[in-house]
Amino acid sequence: MATSTAERSTAGPGTRPHARRSVGRWFANRLVLFIGILVLVYTFVPIGYIIALSFNQPTGRSATAEFDAFTWHNWASICEPDGLCDSLKLSLGVSITATILATLLGTLMAFALVRHSFRGRGASNLVIFLPMATPEVVMGASLLAMFVSLGFDSILGFITLVIAHTLFCLSFVVVTVKARLTGMDSRLEQAAMDLYANEWQTFRLVTLPLAMPGIVAAALLAFSLSFDDFIVSNFTAGQSVTFPLYIYGSKLKDFPPQLFAVGTIMFLVSFVFVIGGELWRMRRRARA
Amino acid sequence: MTSTAGVPPVAPEPVVDGETSRRRGWGWLLLVPGMLWLAVFFLFPTVQLVFTSLYDPSGSYETGYAMTWHFGNYADAVRDNFTLFVRSFMYAGIATVICLSLGYPLAYAIAFKAGRWKNFMLVLVIAPFFTSFLLRTLSWRTILSDQGPVTSFLQTIAVLPDDGRLLATPVAVIAGLVYNFMPFMTLPLYASLDKVDYRLIEAAGDLYSSPLTGFRRVTFPLSLPGVVSGTLLTFIPACGDYINAELLGTPKQYMVGNRIQAAFLTEHNYPLAASLSIILMAVVVLMVVFYVRRAGTEELV
Repeated sequence: MATSTAERSTAGPGTRPHARRSVGRWFANRLVLFIGILVLVYTFVPIGYIIALSFNQPTGRSATAEFDAFTWHNWASICEPDGLCDSLKLSLGVSITATILATLLGTLMAFALVRHSFRGRGASNLVIFLPMATPEVVMGASLLAMFVSLGFDSILGFITLVIAHTLFCLSFVVVTVKARLTGMDSRLEQAAMDLYANEWQTFRLVTLPLAMPGIVAAALLAFSLSFDDFIVSNFTAGQSVTFPLYIYGSKLKDFPPQLFAVGTIMFLVSFVFVIGGELWRMRRRARA
Repeated sequence: MTSTAGVPPVAPEPVVDGETSRRRGWGWLLLVPGMLWLAVFFLFPTVQLVFTSLYDPSGSYETGYAMTWHFGNYADAVRDNFTLFVRSFMYAGIATVICLSLGYPLAYAIAFKAGRWKNFMLVLVIAPFFTSFLLRTLSWRTILSDQGPVTSFLQTIAVLPDDGRLLATPVAVIAGLVYNFMPFMTLPLYASLDKVDYRLIEAAGDLYSSPLTGFRRVTFPLSLPGVVSGTLLTFIPACGDYINAELLGTPKQYMVGNRIQAAFLTEHNYPLAASLSIILMAVVVLMVVFYVRRAGTEELV
């Protein structure tokens, strides 16, 4: 629709009586797009800073200052700062475990809520919604209070982190998968059953593939929420240090410039991941 | 919802009613593991937090706290931290409004104007947010710093006085909140706008409504579910956030989250921290319920 207006207005502005209006419309049509692109540029400003500073050789004690001199050193020595790579390993372990748990539990819940009717659906929906309406600081505080009162002080770390992360990811998984299941055409499954597929075959060959995009999206969301979490982790990590906790811990002391290299890697990996997924989907659609 | 009422409880029969194939039977069992997780690790600690908030405040971390049903904790918490609460809700509210006014054009552009660049733009919306938000907030600290480009630019065009600063002001804290919660606004808005039939908007134009009226009477009402869930997903985390206030502000800009965090982790004043948390949670839930009622949407998220 946007292109048809464009053709009309470029066909001959000035020659037609409505030329002025159509030039105005041409701009009006693109104004929103222009603003949208500006907003996108704004969201990328700190990323530009992070990438630039990953090549910075800081002269002062603080790496968050201005750009001093170019160097590859930060990229070659990512594991050099004490504990950085351990924190990355812990974060990856926690996030992967929590993502698997939350995706599994959440998908089952979404199926129950969309596909089955039972007493107490409303109450269940409320219980699932509540964690999302709870500020993170409250969730972290209540979890810590419980762990302490149960005498878990000594095991604060991986296990408590996984419990907490699974908890705050769970509701987001349910909501995301539910949205996908609600939009699905249930007649496809009925057709499979009519064609003598049994319940399991229908589920495996029809329902699951149809629900998959929702489940994958939910898992990605859960992973990114978990990997980037600071507030809840700050309460439940005990002495162990996840990657966000590591950044927070170094913000006042010497800030290792290697952190910017890790930030750049995180950005690039996710970017390649998402673009790759997009291309794969486009190719599949083209083949179909 | 109730259309399954007439369906007999014998499950395996395919339901003929095309809209919904919701079945009765043992399907609710799928809910059990997740619900257990929520009950043990969310409902139980929350109830326990309510109890903690009623402990005798004269106890201490070392001596332990006695349960005295001390409801005065709430009065004390509100009295001593009233400005913190007001500030938190004000900052979060302003940030939500700014997020909406930035996120709406972006979501609209992606849904209707991006053409074949649609998916690419969507990727660009989320891509920056895969990098650690602490790193991003720390870069804002550099960008907004006194020698930074934004401050000097604003001083050059005389918007800001020569000794004026951005960092360590409410402006910086709100800007940080806006930035960090942008995708939570943009994505629900996009999901909602994408479902809008563009022909309806064109029809409004065909019927001689000005673009503005068309937007006000057609586009915006149709995107309301996205506006509601976007504002909620922005406002709720923004209320409890304390990182932006800590990294971009000073104690003068601290929000209630900073206080809860300090009371819990450094002062070990559990009754105070718990009553602050419960008040924050209660106010947020009340606001959400009221807002959702007013907006008139049924589905919460």
